[in-house]
Amino acid sequence: MVRVSGPLVEIEGGGSLSMLELLAVGPRRISAETVAVAGTRATLQAYEYTGGLKAGDVAAPTGGELSGLMGPGLLGGVFDGLMRPLSTAPMWLAPGRAGSAEEQTVVAREWTFRPEAATGNTVYAGGILGTVPDSGSVVHRVLVPPGFSGRIDWLAPEGRVHALDPVAVVGGRAVALSEQCPVRRPRPFLSRHTGSVPLHTGQRVLDLLFPVARGAAAAVPGGFGTGKTMMLQQIAKWSDADVIVYVGCGERGNEMADVLHGLSELDDGRTGGKLIDRTVIIANTSNMPMMAREASIFTGITVAEYYRDMGYDVVVIADSTSRWAEALREFANRNGDLPAEEGYPANLASQLASFYERAGRVTTLGGKTASVTVIGAVSPPGGDMTEPVTTDTQRFVRSLWTLDRDLAYSRHYPAVSWTGSFARDGETIGAWHAGNGDPGWILRRSRALALLAESDRLAELTEIIGLTSLPGRERITLMGGRLLREGVLMQNALSVNDGFCSAEKGAALLDLVFDVVDACQGLVERGVAATTIEQSDFGPVLRAREETPPSDAAAVRARSSEVLQRLVALQ
Amino acid sequence: MTRPDADADGSALPVPPSTGFAALVSHGDVRELRGPLLVAGGIEGVGWDEFATIDMDGGERRHGLVLEIDHDLATVQVLESTDGMSLGGIRIRFEGRPLHIPVGAGWLGRVCNGRGEPLDGGPPIAGTATLPVSGWPLNPVYREPPQEPVLTGISVVDGLTTLVRGQKLPIFSVPGLPHLTLATQIAAQATSGGRSFRVVFAAMGLTHADIAYVRDRLEERSAGGELVLLLNAADDPVIERILTPRIALTIAEHLAYAEDHDVLVIMSDMTSYAEAVREVSAARREIPARRGYPGYLYSDLATLYERCGRAKGHHGSVTIVPVVTMPAGDITHPVPDLTGYITEGQIVLAPGIAARGIYPPVDVLSSLSRLMRSGAGENRTREDHLDVAAQVLAAMARARQATELAELIGAGALSETDRSYIQYRTSVEKGLFNQGRDENRTLDDTLDRAWEALSALPENELTMVSTAFLKRYLPARDDRS
Repeated sequence: MVRVSGPLVEIEGGGSLSMLELLAVGPRRISAETVAVAGTRATLQAYEYTGGLKAGDVAAPTGGELSGLMGPGLLGGVFDGLMRPLSTAPMWLAPGRAGSAEEQTVVAREWTFRPEAATGNTVYAGGILGTVPDSGSVVHRVLVPPGFSGRIDWLAPEGRVHALDPVAVVGGRAVALSEQCPVRRPRPFLSRHTGSVPLHTGQRVLDLLFPVARGAAAAVPGGFGTGKTMMLQQIAKWSDADVIVYVGCGERGNEMADVLHGLSELDDGRTGGKLIDRTVIIANTSNMPMMAREASIFTGITVAEYYRDMGYDVVVIADSTSRWAEALREFANRNGDLPAEEGYPANLASQLASFYERAGRVTTLGGKTASVTVIGAVSPPGGDMTEPVTTDTQRFVRSLWTLDRDLAYSRHYPAVSWTGSFARDGETIGAWHAGNGDPGWILRRSRALALLAESDRLAELTEIIGLTSLPGRERITLMGGRLLREGVLMQNALSVNDGFCSAEKGAALLDLVFDVVDACQGLVERGVAATTIEQSDFGPVLRAREETPPSDAAAVRARSSEVLQRLVALQ
Repeated sequence: MTRPDADADGSALPVPPSTGFAALVSHGDVRELRGPLLVAGGIEGVGWDEFATIDMDGGERRHGLVLEIDHDLATVQVLESTDGMSLGGIRIRFEGRPLHIPVGAGWLGRVCNGRGEPLDGGPPIAGTATLPVSGWPLNPVYREPPQEPVLTGISVVDGLTTLVRGQKLPIFSVPGLPHLTLATQIAAQATSGGRSFRVVFAAMGLTHADIAYVRDRLEERSAGGELVLLLNAADDPVIERILTPRIALTIAEHLAYAEDHDVLVIMSDMTSYAEAVREVSAARREIPARRGYPGYLYSDLATLYERCGRAKGHHGSVTIVPVVTMPAGDITHPVPDLTGYITEGQIVLAPGIAARGIYPPVDVLSSLSRLMRSGAGENRTREDHLDVAAQVLAAMARARQATELAELIGAGALSETDRSYIQYRTSVEKGLFNQGRDENRTLDDTLDRAWEALSALPENELTMVSTAFLKRYLPARDDRS
């Protein structure tokens, strides 16, 4: 070793190193990855605190790439960016902790293996060998790993096994219960699907206006204080996926504690267990070593692909991709790379693409339809939406949920801006809804967007000429915009009734607002003064979201007829 | 969740790194002096991030940290600057480990400089243990989500941006506003569950007048042995400021997790701290990110702010209130911006509000406490707290629009509702937000004042509070139907 500067380590005499190869550096054997090789010199990025490393220390190649041990026990667990378990780590994270494969608490744990194949069968990668029933809220399937195929020479009988024990011999090679997966390489699949199936998030502004399809990528850019993390946590809690991978990448420790705490308390309505049992948390908080933060994004998506291959719909939530990009930038700067925009390396866009493009709804090697949906937060410095990470991300995602500071400041949460967001799959998702019993979905969406745009335009006009100068019809539109914003789009994450919203209740709330607006327009046409209408009590409309149960569309419709009757009486 | 190591790692105190660092090494071969940096040659066995003591010919002693090892060269950042140094006549002793300080209750009641050396004429501080100042990351699994409110007796903080035990909540300000008054008022009045706080005050680049003010305001706490003052004045060595908050936090963590105290750490001014980081970065010729600040400023600030919190199995806590003065009042400047991304909310002071004679001049619409939702409300403060706070803020947003509109089109053209919002604004600012510099209000008083202000609005405008709370708390008004 010849040079140490923070996470950058240079070594000499490492002639046979390959790129991305993992090394154990110095007396504490901290992990480092090869990022450049020149002659006998190599540059490494270290994944841990490099304090105490000296010129002359030895770096030993491990022969492998950065990888994580995937197997039963991931669900409900908390891991760091290098996939080392945190649940069993000490309170203070000093460097030099062992990886999962050497960690006694992981290796010594026993699982039930139940064979689902027969000796003598010929199997291919992705084929099922057995299941582990006692791991989390979904059935854990042990598959033939990528690259393996052939006759099952031996299959373990039903019984207790450890993570590293072999459970089968396929084509002459042993298959262990858990699998070491390189995290920087996408796991293979058979083919991508076209066509959109929506992911229901339980958040009205997303499900009604800016939906995301299963297997698509979405980004959430927003300055600080706009409620990014809160919204992502809501999606983690309420979206109808089988498995959630929550990657806390360079964010707050208290938030990770909050996610863990919140998910441990909430019941999973579908399985009867707790929500934490369908969740894998990768936590690399902002004060943990920076380069492990860079790895955590890839670790997270590899875990997701691992579950996808078992046939599940998985959502990866990455908070925040900006912190990941900053880790790339810091290392590139230390390495002396020429900067592109704002000091970021020139390959920023391709790195972002390599992450977001791992999303997809696919046919797995085993022939199942499954998906990985990626939702990434973006934290633009200074709220500047033209900075490189935000602009590059917009190119690679299907849905963009821009959080607006003005909305957040007026406590309109979730602060998803209707002017700055998009959903490229809106129409195909509309077609899916039409084919699945809700032909009105697409019309409701376009009417809502039009009403918002029109009322925004009128609000600007009002600031110049005053409300009283507007014609009655326009004043009702303005009021309709307010009802839509406060009665439908705003959602109280803390409320038992309002935290989650079913598709039917969302549709009913939108219809309620439209019916009220139509009734009011009717009144204006029949000569009732706009002021009279504005001063009547719309509380029941605005409170409907809070005062009716999360999936009770009928209760909302009951309110509708009550409010409409009262309006008719104004005539 | 299992914690098999809970006892194995001793008392769960910060574990000093015992391996990896070499023994004490001494060198005299200085090759280069550049800004705050010193490059020593011919070194062997010196590790990255080691602490160094530099003896100069005249008997003067300075201190440094190893920033880079390159073959036989070590780049050292000199805390007291390299002024007056020359290439000859310097001996450097490398300590074989990063900077450690003694920790323990011995710090309480003491006044020290930014490096932790006594300024009060007392003996050097002795501790019950020594710990590295950079600390180690707290395992997120051990974190207890903060949820007990801290009552500061300041209405606008307690009512609208409730501080929670274990939170990091900065004060964003501009030069000339009473941010130090507010910070010291919080330090003097804060309690949580009836317990008062131990206060560690880290001053970085404050003027002597400001320092005198802080000492004066907190004299009672100091005399009571509840205060640690670490003072780096505006004319003290700049690079030393990089250490000051780390020393403060190391002391605080020990008081919190080993001695079960609730500790409040006030760090002022973080902009001066960040400038010291920038100065070192510039001397190293690193590629800058925004406004000349290094790309790692976020991670650097995070290693400070993230040291707040509560840990499972410990009664103590570390709550951090950093003060950030925003250059030119620009909230998108890298220091407030990155701070805002790390901290759990912000309290923003605004000159326009100060000009109207309101203390504390908090811009409530830009201010936020992210942890308020878990620290306020039923079973924490009062059942109506969250609703009434949301309503006060939403009404303020509407009142601001109405005021702007009135300026454009005249108050006469406003609807009756908009006029009531303007009236509300006056009453909420006078009755709720404005308060005395020593006034300590109870939470009930604060919330009742909020309801009183809301009563200026028509009842059907109060859509964010439930009907039950309206009945219970809204004061009756003569003209209310």
